[in-house]
Amino acid sequence: MVKEMNTDKQKILSLLEQVPDPEVPVLSVIDLGIVRDVIFFNTPSGAGGIEVIITPTYSGCPAMDIISMQIKMILLEHGFKKVIVTNTLSPAWTTEWMSEAGKEKLRAYGIAPPNAVQSVCDVNLFAEQETVQCPHCKSYRTILISQFGSTACKALYKCNNCLEPFDYFKCH
Amino acid sequence: MNSLIDPLIQYSLHLADNSLILGQRNAEWTGHGPILEQDIAISNISLDLIGQARNFYQYAAQLINQSTSQPVNQLTHWAITEDILAYLRDEKDFKNCLLVELKRGDWAVTVLRQFFFSTYQFYLYQQLQKSEDATLAAIAEKSLKEVTYHLRWSAEWVIRLGAGTDESNKRITTALNDLWPHTGELTVNADYENILSLEEIAVDLNTIQVQWMDKIKEVLSQATLQMPENKWMQTGGKQGKHTEHLGYILAEMQFLQRTYPGVEW
Repeated sequence: MVKEMNTDKQKILSLLEQVPDPEVPVLSVIDLGIVRDVIFFNTPSGAGGIEVIITPTYSGCPAMDIISMQIKMILLEHGFKKVIVTNTLSPAWTTEWMSEAGKEKLRAYGIAPPNAVQSVCDVNLFAEQETVQCPHCKSYRTILISQFGSTACKALYKCNNCLEPFDYFKCH
Repeated sequence: MNSLIDPLIQYSLHLADNSLILGQRNAEWTGHGPILEQDIAISNISLDLIGQARNFYQYAAQLINQSTSQPVNQLTHWAITEDILAYLRDEKDFKNCLLVELKRGDWAVTVLRQFFFSTYQFYLYQQLQKSEDATLAAIAEKSLKEVTYHLRWSAEWVIRLGAGTDESNKRITTALNDLWPHTGELTVNADYENILSLEEIAVDLNTIQVQWMDKIKEVLSQATLQMPENKWMQTGGKQGKHTEHLGYILAEMQFLQRTYPGVEW
């Protein structure tokens, strides 16, 4: 029974690798680290159900409803009957949970992935920023334009070498 | 525990209303920001604030529906939801601080107000993440990282304007004198905070008052701005007594749901 559940869990997790983040479609919800757990439970009628626990990247992430629905859809399509998706806030999501595969996908997509050393925002005003590598020409001659980018999870940078602007998936 | 339900609902609504109203105010800049990057920045801050508000409203709705003393919405007879709390309450039911409902003003008013408010939220959430109430603690933990960005961004703008040109200094000095009488309320407990802080559920605002003031002094001094003298402070928002500005913002924000109740995209 336990073995069966583990295989099911593996199967579910690999299915969820096909669910993209609607705003950064190159990343799956697994790459992002927003799937926190998969729990099996018994419904009153005796049938088995699945609860998928997810956590938002940012409080105002507008993609959470779509992500929940996509998770339900893909599991129902693959024969899982009773699926519920629950949101949790604690522990708070961090870019440390992003997979290495995810970081590579981001770079290939033209978004600089979070730096290996997770230096998150603090209240030091006009503080020196950690250098971010340009995803296009790989130069480190880059400059921060704004801490806020096209989505909550990204900052805006410019490369002084190839002169291209780019998004940086900021440490959080 | 039952006697705490009502203050807990009031407190959750107060925290939600603060974030929602400031989020709505800041969103007035979307498409009108001084430059594209700052338009995006202020819109991002709005999104964070509205997200935080949703979390608090969802909790308040859950508490109201669980408590037998508070029936379902009288108007619609539906169970209470986050949307009903945001779209179908009147001015006197809103418990946000007066500071957040004041008009958008110019960029100086916007960034200075954000700085006052983010400083308050920063110290508030630092404490609230240790709350005995697990839901409030989780929302605070989640929100704190976002607020850190808001605080840094707004403080840098205050300094930029204060220590910038004659015109920017004049604008932010005016903003400072206009906004200051509305800041006292940020760190004064309402009744529900007094009751809940005894149980270590709410943050006792007396414990963050000095931190708030020190941060404001530090940044204003870097911005070469004079601290206003301690004038008389306007209060009442947290008890539902508002300025004339809240009615207008609610009219704009609520009209669709009041005209077509329950309508969805």
